[in-house]
Amino acid sequence: MDNVLLARMLFGSSLIFHIIFATLGVGLTLMILIAEILRVVRKDNDYGILAKRWTKAVAILLGVAIPSGTIVAVMLALLWPGLIEVVGQVIALPFTLEIFAFFFEALFLSIYVYAASRLSSTMRIISVFFVALGATASAVLITNVQSWMNTPTGFSIVNGDITDVRPWEAVLNPAFGYTAIHVASSAYTATAFVVASYAAYQLLKPNLKQSEKTYHRKGLMMALIFGAITSLWTATNGHHSAVGLHHNVPVKLAAAEGLFETQSNAPLSIFGTPDPEANRVVGGIEVPGMLSYLATGSTDGVVVGLNEYPRDEWPPLFVHTLFNIMVGIGSALIALSFGALAYRIFFKKREYPNWVLIPLVASGPLAMLGIETGWIFACIGRQPWTIYGIQRTAEAATKSANLGTFFIIFISLYGFLLVVTALVMRYYFRRNPLIKEFENQTTTV
Amino acid sequence: MEANVAIVVIWLFLFLYALGGAIDFGAGFWSMFYFGRKDTTAASIANLYLNPSWKVTNVFLVLFVVALVGFFPHAAFALGSFMIVPVSFVLILLIIRSAFMVYSYSVQKYTKLFTYISGITGLLIPALMLSILPIIIGGFVEIVGGNHYILYDRLLSSPTLYAHIGFGLAAELFLSSLFLSDYAREAKAMETYEVYRKNAIILGPIMLSMAVAATMTLMPEAMWMVENMARQWHLFALSLVVFSIGYSALWWPSKKGRVGQPRVAVLFMVAQIGLASFAYGWGHMPYIVYPDLTIYDAVTNKQMYLSLLWGYGIGMAILVPLFYWFWRLFLKDKRYLTDKKVDDVR
Repeated sequence: MDNVLLARMLFGSSLIFHIIFATLGVGLTLMILIAEILRVVRKDNDYGILAKRWTKAVAILLGVAIPSGTIVAVMLALLWPGLIEVVGQVIALPFTLEIFAFFFEALFLSIYVYAASRLSSTMRIISVFFVALGATASAVLITNVQSWMNTPTGFSIVNGDITDVRPWEAVLNPAFGYTAIHVASSAYTATAFVVASYAAYQLLKPNLKQSEKTYHRKGLMMALIFGAITSLWTATNGHHSAVGLHHNVPVKLAAAEGLFETQSNAPLSIFGTPDPEANRVVGGIEVPGMLSYLATGSTDGVVVGLNEYPRDEWPPLFVHTLFNIMVGIGSALIALSFGALAYRIFFKKREYPNWVLIPLVASGPLAMLGIETGWIFACIGRQPWTIYGIQRTAEAATKSANLGTFFIIFISLYGFLLVVTALVMRYYFRRNPLIKEFENQTTTV
Repeated sequence: MEANVAIVVIWLFLFLYALGGAIDFGAGFWSMFYFGRKDTTAASIANLYLNPSWKVTNVFLVLFVVALVGFFPHAAFALGSFMIVPVSFVLILLIIRSAFMVYSYSVQKYTKLFTYISGITGLLIPALMLSILPIIIGGFVEIVGGNHYILYDRLLSSPTLYAHIGFGLAAELFLSSLFLSDYAREAKAMETYEVYRKNAIILGPIMLSMAVAATMTLMPEAMWMVENMARQWHLFALSLVVFSIGYSALWWPSKKGRVGQPRVAVLFMVAQIGLASFAYGWGHMPYIVYPDLTIYDAVTNKQMYLSLLWGYGIGMAILVPLFYWFWRLFLKDKRYLTDKKVDDVR
C-alpha cells in the first residue's frame, strides 16, 4: 500500500482513539468544577459525590489519555516530517505553550486528587479550576496549529524557503478564533451527553433506592442544563465556522455541502451523495437558497463551488456525509436537551418516563460520534493539503517503511485498550457502588 | 550561536526527563518487585511516589519532543525516517505501562497481574530509549536515495547496543533506589530506607561500570565521538569525583539515627548525571545524526528561536513555584507520607 496512505491511517487512527479520551478530559474537568461549586453553594453533598466519582472516572481515563496524547505528539513529529519542518519554523509557539497547559493540568489534578483532604473547600475549587483551565487551554492550543494548517499566515516563501517569520501572526491566524471555540464547546457538549447518558441509564434500573434516584436526577439535570447551553453554543459557533470556511477555505465548504457550481441562491443539500457527473447532490433534500443565506447572510450571496478548483485539489467527496452526520447529531442533541428540560418545566414532574430516558441513553455515544465525524471532516476536508495551499500531504509524509506493521499493532492495541478501559470502569463502579458513598460520607460541606 | 543555545536547552529538558523518567519507571519496577511482601513497605512507598507524579513526569517527555522539533525542525525528515521503529516500540510500551499502572489501582482482583504488566513494560522503556543513542552516533544508519535506514544486522550484533541498554537498566534501577531511599526516610519508613539503600549500594558500581562499558564499546563504532569525549576528560573526571562523594554519602553518619545521608547522595548523583550527560552530549556536537546532520543545518530561524526561548522562559518561571508547592505537598508533607487512607482516593 502507498506509504502516504499508511501514514495517514496510522496517524488518523491514533487521533480517533486519543480524541475520545481528550474530549472527556476537557469536558469532565469543567463539570467537576461546576459540581464542586454547587456543593458549596447548595450545601448539598450529592454534588460532592458526583465530583468525586467523575474525578475517579477522569483518573482512569488519564491512564490512557496521557500516553495516547504522547503518542500523537511523537507520531506527528515522526510521520509528518515535512509538516513539522514548516511548523517548527512558523507555528512552534502553541506547542510550547501547550506543554505548560499540560503541566498545569497534571500538577493541579494530582493536587486535587491526592491532597484533597489537606485543602480547604476554596483551595479545592481553585485546584480543579486550574485543572479545567489547563485541559481546555491545551485543547485550544493544539487546535491553534490545526487552524493554522487551514489558514496558514505569518510567513513568506521566497524560492521555496520560509522567511520573514512572524510567530504571533501565525498564532492569530484567521481560523483560530472560531475553530478553537468550536472544539472547546463541542467537547463540553459531548461530555455533558455522555454524563446524561450514564445517569439516564442508571435511572432506567428498577429497584433504585430514593437516595440513589435523587442523586442520579441531580447528575442528569446538571448534564442536561450544561448540555443544552453548550450544544446551542456549539451550533452558533459552528455556524461561524462555516462562515469562516466560506471566507478562508471555500473549497472545504463546497465539499462539505456538495456544491459544484459557483452560484448565488445556493441550495443547502441535506444527506444524499455528491455526484460530479450530475454536478449536484443526488438523493438528498434540497433547501433552496439556504446555503447562500447561511454562508453570506443573504439568499443572493454567491457561494463558491468545487468546479472553481482543479480536480486534484478537491477533498474526497464523502466529507459531505461526515459533515451531515456532525450537524445532524448536533441538532438532535439540542432538540433532546431542550425537549427534556421543557418536559420537566411544563409537566412539573421530577421523574422522566422511559421514552424520554431511552433516547437520553443513546445521546452519549451519539455525541461522541459527532465529535469523531467532526474531527475527521476537519482533517479529510483539508486534503490534499496538510498546509492549505502550501504543502501537500504527500510531501509531508515520512519515507520510512514498516508503517503497515505498526498500523496493525497500534490499532489492535487501541481496540484492546478501549475494551479494557470500559471493563475497568465497570468493575470499579460496581465494586464501589453509590450506596457505599452515602454510607461513608467523610467529606463535609 | 542560536543552535548552541538551543541544543543546551534540549539537553536540559532531556536531562530533566532522564532523571524523572528513570525514577518513575524504576519506582514502577520496585512496586512490582516488592509486590505483596508483608515484611517491607517498599512497594507502597514506590506507589506513594508514583501516584501524584507520573503524569507530571510524562509531560517532560512531551516537552523534550516538542522542544526538539520546535528548535530543530530541519532534523524532522532524518529522524522521521529511521526513528519510527525504535520510538514506536517505546510508545507501545509506554501506553501499556501507564494504562495498566492506573488500572492496577482500580481493579483489586487483578492488581498483581496489572502491576507485573506495568512493572516490566516500564522497566524496558528506559533501556529501549537508551538504545536510540548508539543509532544516532553513526555507523548504524545508511542513506539510500536520501532516506535513512537502520542497519539492523550491524546494530543488533554490536556490543555497544547492549552496553547502552545495560546502562539504561542500571541507571534506572540505581537512581530510583537512591531516590526512594531518601523518600522512605522522609516518610519515616526506616526499614524500607534500608532496603532501598542496600539496592543503591549494589547498583551504583554496576551503573558506573555499564557507563564505562558503553563508552569503551563505542570505540570501534564511532571513534570521532570517543575522541571528542576524550577532550572533555575533565568533565568526566569531575563527574567521577562527584559520584564517589555521593556514593560515600550512603555511609555518612546521620543525626536521624540510621547510617547514611541519602539526600546528599541524591543531590550529588543528580550533579553527576548532569556532568556526565553534558560531557557526552558535548562530545556528540555538532551532529544530531552523524555524519550528515548537524545542529546548524537543523536549527530554526532567528524569530522562532527567540519566541521559543521567551515561551519556555516565561512558562518555566510560572511553573517553578508550582513545582515547589507540589514538592512540598507530596515529597515533604508528613500528612501525605504517613497517610494510610491514600489507597482509597486514588
